[in-house]
Parts: sequence; C-alpha cells; structure tokens
Amino acid sequence: MADATLSQRLRPYRVLLASRARAQMQYRASFVTDILGTVGVGLAEFAEVWVIFHNVDVLGGLDFTAALLVFALSNLAFSLADMFVGHLDQLPRYIRAGQVDAFYVRPLPLLAQLMTSDLSLRRVGRLSVALVALGVALTTADIAWSPATVALIVLTVVSGTAIFSALFTAAGGLQFFLVDGAEFTNAFTYGGSYAAQQSQQVFPDLLRIFWTFVVPTAFVAYIPAVAILGLDDPLAPTWLAWLTPVAGLLAWGIAATCWRLGTRHYQGAGG
Amino acid sequence: MSIIETRDLVRDFKKTRAVDRMTFSVEPGEAVGYIGANGAGKSTTIKMLTGILKPTSGHVRTCGLDPMRQRVEVARRVGVVFGQRSQLWWDLPLRDSFAILGAIHRMDEAATRARTDLLVEQLEMGPQLGTAVRSLSLGQRMRAEIAAALLHSPELLILDEPTIGLDVLSKQRLREFLVAERREQGTTLLLTTHDMGDIERLCDRVLVVDHGRLAFDGTLTGLAGTVGAQRILVIDLAQPTPDLHDVPGATLVDSESDGLRQRLSFDAEATTVAAVLAHVSSRHEVRDLTIEEPDIEDVVRRIYAASGRT
Repeated sequence: MADATLSQRLRPYRVLLASRARAQMQYRASFVTDILGTVGVGLAEFAEVWVIFHNVDVLGGLDFTAALLVFALSNLAFSLADMFVGHLDQLPRYIRAGQVDAFYVRPLPLLAQLMTSDLSLRRVGRLSVALVALGVALTTADIAWSPATVALIVLTVVSGTAIFSALFTAAGGLQFFLVDGAEFTNAFTYGGSYAAQQSQQVFPDLLRIFWTFVVPTAFVAYIPAVAILGLDDPLAPTWLAWLTPVAGLLAWGIAATCWRLGTRHYQGAGG
Repeated sequence: MSIIETRDLVRDFKKTRAVDRMTFSVEPGEAVGYIGANGAGKSTTIKMLTGILKPTSGHVRTCGLDPMRQRVEVARRVGVVFGQRSQLWWDLPLRDSFAILGAIHRMDEAATRARTDLLVEQLEMGPQLGTAVRSLSLGQRMRAEIAAALLHSPELLILDEPTIGLDVLSKQRLREFLVAERREQGTTLLLTTHDMGDIERLCDRVLVVDHGRLAFDGTLTGLAGTVGAQRILVIDLAQPTPDLHDVPGATLVDSESDGLRQRLSFDAEATTVAAVLAHVSSRHEVRDLTIEEPDIEDVVRRIYAASGRT
C-alpha cells in the first residue's frame, strides 16, 4: 500500500462519487427540477440583498456592490460545502437505515465513506447563482487588483468551503449524541450561512465575537471582502483576512473532535 | 490461529448487560450457528467482532486482529451480511454495486469482474444484474447481499439473519449456495438465525446464547441430547400391527389406523435410525418411513428453562 500512488488510493472515493452522480442522472426530469429549485433558493437569497439596497444605499458599512461580494463569497463557500458534505447533518437518517453499520464493515475510514456517500449535484443551481454574483461583484466593484488580491479571493473560497464543511462535520458528530438534533445543529450550519452573508457591523458585539471566534463564519466572506475592497472597519483589519485559513483549520480541529467523540459514542442501530 | 476468539467479553448498555463474560473461539473452516432469543446478545456480539461496538471489557480477536484498533484490516478479511440492512446501492443497477465494492476493497477491475461473474453464476443472478437494487425481490436481494459480502473472498463470513422473510424456495437456494461455497473455499461461517433449518443444513456447531451468556457450545445432536429432545421415527407398515413396545432404545409415542403408522422416539446418542429400522423390519414389512428432527426452538426454550430463565 505504501507505494500506491495517490490516484490509486483515491480510486474508491472516485468510484463512489461517480456512482452518486450516475444515480442522480437516472431521473433526468427530477434532476432538472431540483436544479431549478436550488437556483430559486439562490435567487431568493439574492432578492433579500437587492430589496435592502433598493431602500438604503449603505448598510453596515457596505454599499450594494460590497454586499454583493459578501453574498457571493458566502454563498459560493456554502453551496460547495453543502454539495460535498451537506448530507452529514442527516446522520440520524443514515443510522436508522443501518447505513452506518454497513460503513463500519468496509475497509475505508468512516468519515470519508459518509462524505462520499452523497454528492448533491442539484446544488449546482445555488452554486451558479453565487458564481454569477461573484463575477458581477468583482467586475463592478472598485478593486485595486494585484496578485495578492487574486490569492486572497482563491484562499477565501477554499477556506470558506472548509469552514462550512467543518460545521457540517461537527453537526454530524454531535448528532451521534442528539436524538433528532438537526434543529439544534441547523442553527450553526444554516444559521452560520445566514450570518456569513451579512456585514458583521450589523451585529451587536457579542454576536460579532461569536461569529468570528466561536463559529468563524465572519471569515467566510465579510472579513476578506473588507480587505479585497480596501474598506475601513477597525474590527476587520486586512491582516485578519489572511488568517482565514487559520480559522478553517481551527474549525476543522473542532469538527474532528466532535466527530471522534460521536463515533466513540455510537452504539449501533439497535437490533 | 482461531478466526474468532473471545474471552470474558462484556458489553453493557445503559442499564443492561447485553453480553456477559462470553468466551468462545471459532477455528478456520468451521460453520457455527449462533442462536438465542431476541435481545439475547447475538447482534451485540457480532458488532463487537466487527469493530462497530467497543466492548465494555474482555478480549476479542477477529482473524487475530483487534476489531476496535484494526477495523479496516478486519473489514478486508471478513464479509458481513446484515439481513435487515443493505450493503448495496439501492438506486443503481445491481452490477454497479459489485463494481463499487470491488473498488472499495481495492480489487482491480479485471479481478472484480471475474469474481462477480463467478458469484453471479453460482447464485444464478445473471438476469438481475441490470436491475436496480430497489426493484429486486427479497430473495434476489439476499442472494445479492451474500455475493456482495463474498466479493473480496473473505476468510470469515458473518451472516446475521440471512433467511429472514424468505420463502421456502429462496431459503433452500441460499443454503445450497452456502454449503457449496464452504466446501470449495473453506470459508468460515458464523450465522445467527431464528430458522432452525439454517442451522440443520449449514452448521456443524451451535452456540446458544441466553441473556448475554453462553448457554451451550457443541454439536446440534449434542444440543438435542443435552436437553433430552429426541428424534422421532415415523414408520408406515404394510399390515395393521400391534403397538411396537419392544424396540430396544426406542419408545412408542403413538400409533394410528390400527398400527399402520407408528411413531417411535429415540435418543440419537443411544441408538441409530438404522438399528431401530432393522429391528422393526425383521418382524414387520415396512412400507415407508420419515424422521422428524427435534424442534430446535423447543430445544433452545428448554435450555433457557434449565438455566432458570424464560
């Protein structure tokens, strides 16, 4: 195994993900409606931003273009994470179906199997709304372009996806303990996604601290956007934007701990 | 080296002890039936053998490995079928499930195809390969589950209620396949079931578990002998005959139609069908005979009763 190439080692996951994609394509009509549905969700989220800025010029220190950038970055990260690991918070459903026991008797890590057990391609709908919004925001905003800006944007998307994936993973781990705990963990995953779309200046200090240091979704969009646009927020200095990957790593540290505690607590699906 | 080895294995749930100081071992090539009432601790034991559940205390080794620490290695060498849960991908054609499992077990595509072809032929599943798993009948799905569990040629096959809900014909095909598979590959078999036909057809050794404890470990005949369950020989005679009270080692249970049909019970350890039959046929003309095996559920009930539980 030691001399196996990376590609060989990843083959099981490639085959698993390809099979998930194939399964969704089998029902083309329902697949298309699903995609239209997630486009709708993305547009509805966007409508909220548009309605607000139809009435005010600046909210929480952001004008419409800046708010659009924050919206785009957070939605991009969230829909990517949701597409790959969004099903992790459905863990109780997997446990009830006996699927988790089946994972245990296969020679692959549990979390990797769970992550690759679904690939919600329908979420490309929301993803494409986010991509279009990002394109519009980046071309219309007044940005002093430099290699550093480009690097920061890429880093933000990658880290933001990592942060939301970590939230889903932590939610999954916690659900080994919580019976029907989805409502509780949704507050952090979907709640975090909502918070990430906002200018952090609209939050009272306590909430701002929460969304920066506890559930670090401020790093997903707002803090990097302030740096990219060269805005002035004393609580979001430019150097903080470069710490976005650190926030991602810390989030993953917590997610891994939740997951490990959860699997240790697992007692099988009855029977 | 034993394929399965447990010593003083204990698993507690919140308030109950599901498995209580269980000690047994299974040697390579054995076929062991693991029986007991619902909630007796069968599934819990299997989960500890496969690394799904952590033992509260005690020692467990599967293929010489610690299932908690070496779960992945255990999974490479063991095949598991959970009768009421599926290992297959329900939304894809059956063929795809085998291809995916082959990749998961890191078999190359040619090896996966060869092994799939062999199992599909033996289990007569060819026509179903293109069918989505969710459209298979229960019998077809069970055969597919077993093929899936055997795809990576495991040393040990663990079957948890493999025949539950199957019709007589499906059960029979499944058992025939397992007998052949064991004969050809020497695969070790551990099987939990409520169907005593499974045990009679497939297993040469029986473990009876009661309230998490091992209540019996031995052969099926030994099990029947332990609790005094006896086999019954039903003899149809050509002529009406007086009741057969004088057959050595056998006792008359009842007779019908003026003695045309007589039922004799005998202890399988004390005498044989042949001896009883020889004795009867030396005196009377025998037209037909059948043997009624002990009802093992009854045997298990008696074991429970003997150990003071119900």
